[in-house]
Amino acid sequence: MPEELEFEKPLLELENRIAELRASSDPLAARDEIASLEDRLHRLQQRTYANLTPWQRTQLARHPKRPHTLDFYRLLLEDFVELHGDRLYGDDKAIVGGLARFEGQSVVVIGQQKGRDTRENLARNFGMPHPEGYRKALRLMKLAEKFAKPIITLIDTPGAYPGLGAEERGQAEAIARNLREMSALRTPVIAVVTGEGGSGGALAIGVANRVLMLEYAIYSVISPEGCAAILWGDAGKAP
Amino acid sequence: MAWFWKRKEEGEEEPRRKLVHAEGLWIKCDSCKEIVYRAEVERAGRVCPKCRYPFRISARERLALLIDEGSFEERDTGLSSQDPLGFKDTKRYRDRVRAAKEKTGLEEAVISGLARVGGFPVVLCIFEFHFMGGSMASVVGEKITRAIELAFVKRLPLIILSASGGARMQEGIISLMQLAKTSAALHRLAEERIPYISILTDHTTGGVTASFAMLGDINVAEPRALIGFAGPRVISETIRQPLPEGFQRSEFLLEHGQLDLVVERRELKATVRRLLAFFADRPVSFP
Repeated sequence: MPEELEFEKPLLELENRIAELRASSDPLAARDEIASLEDRLHRLQQRTYANLTPWQRTQLARHPKRPHTLDFYRLLLEDFVELHGDRLYGDDKAIVGGLARFEGQSVVVIGQQKGRDTRENLARNFGMPHPEGYRKALRLMKLAEKFAKPIITLIDTPGAYPGLGAEERGQAEAIARNLREMSALRTPVIAVVTGEGGSGGALAIGVANRVLMLEYAIYSVISPEGCAAILWGDAGKAP
Repeated sequence: MAWFWKRKEEGEEEPRRKLVHAEGLWIKCDSCKEIVYRAEVERAGRVCPKCRYPFRISARERLALLIDEGSFEERDTGLSSQDPLGFKDTKRYRDRVRAAKEKTGLEEAVISGLARVGGFPVVLCIFEFHFMGGSMASVVGEKITRAIELAFVKRLPLIILSASGGARMQEGIISLMQLAKTSAALHRLAEERIPYISILTDHTTGGVTASFAMLGDINVAEPRALIGFAGPRVISETIRQPLPEGFQRSEFLLEHGQLDLVVERRELKATVRRLLAFFADRPVSFP
């Protein structure tokens, strides 16, 4: 995946030129030029982001430089202790959860984690959880409920993983159980779609008292590619 | 091949490792066989500075590493096994218990009581592996159960640090029933929403893993600890196959979803403190 999107390129070019001028031997002389370039950049940004197509928004939701769940944890939380495993089968690295303090309040946090590079993406399975990930999530939610701590979930997944092992171990059951149990948790739950909210795989940690979405995040019944494959018989028709 | 060249069969366990091989400035690591500086090992809480292997340590040493100095108040002392079966194998059970008492200076394979960890009051049980392999019979089961009940009454978090081969053969079915007794006591504790942190160390197997050790709200283990239900020798003899590298070690269990955390010994106290702080924080109300 490229590091920048097509429609971002003019913006990045401007940013680079400004940066170059700032770093030049005589930034004072270039002051006027910098100001005018910044002005242009600002206007171009506004125009670009006011007129995004649905596909461009999807691309932004999947942007390779977008912060991921662990980045948010680092920025928002103190004393994070990651807890692992579903106590049944495995520890799914596509879901990262644990105990932490948020603004002084002890909370349980749970979120899907995508990778930054190929190696990390393989370990994180591109943020697509297996049943053991959802069962770990539910286990942590029950822990939060037991000790009356609020839950924050961060949703960023293309969807639950479609694979052999996932089906063998009951992907659908794991998601369904989470929906049922989350609907009756005796503790407050806040869910935030931070990037991609892909279908049941997203909702399985998304049944909450308050549901938020970041700007340029998406939340849908199926990925655009999956939808195109079903309705048009061609995933390539998604854009 | 002459018998004296014969290699050990694969899967065969190394003979029981000795803790300290030579008194003096230098000691040999049980795991990586490196010669390491003793003071450095001690400073790290008896952990090999080369390979990070945590040496097996006594219950008293554990206590010193985990709790706030001088905070331990022992409970349920003076309990001793009555040898209900009059059991004798190669030695009489009574003699085995007496020898274990002399060797460890303890009355049984677990000590329990009240303590503080990072300022938080807790009920604490610590196993002594050198007392008949930390095995659980009537007294150990009773002490654990009473500790759970103490946590229940005082509404304090419970910490059990396990190091045990499992149920003690010499008390037969009475040992087995300690699994059910301790687990039932934990159910009451869970209903009262009193936190229980289980810490598993090398090694924790059999009836102890198949009861309270795996029932923590948080299950923590030391690195490379052997943790399982059946011991590796029993498994490899049953399935007649060598076992994979790292099988039944902490990291294997973490990978397979059985543990929340694997924590190095020098980090253990700080981690437990954090967990206790989480539990101690004010609960949110939810209409």
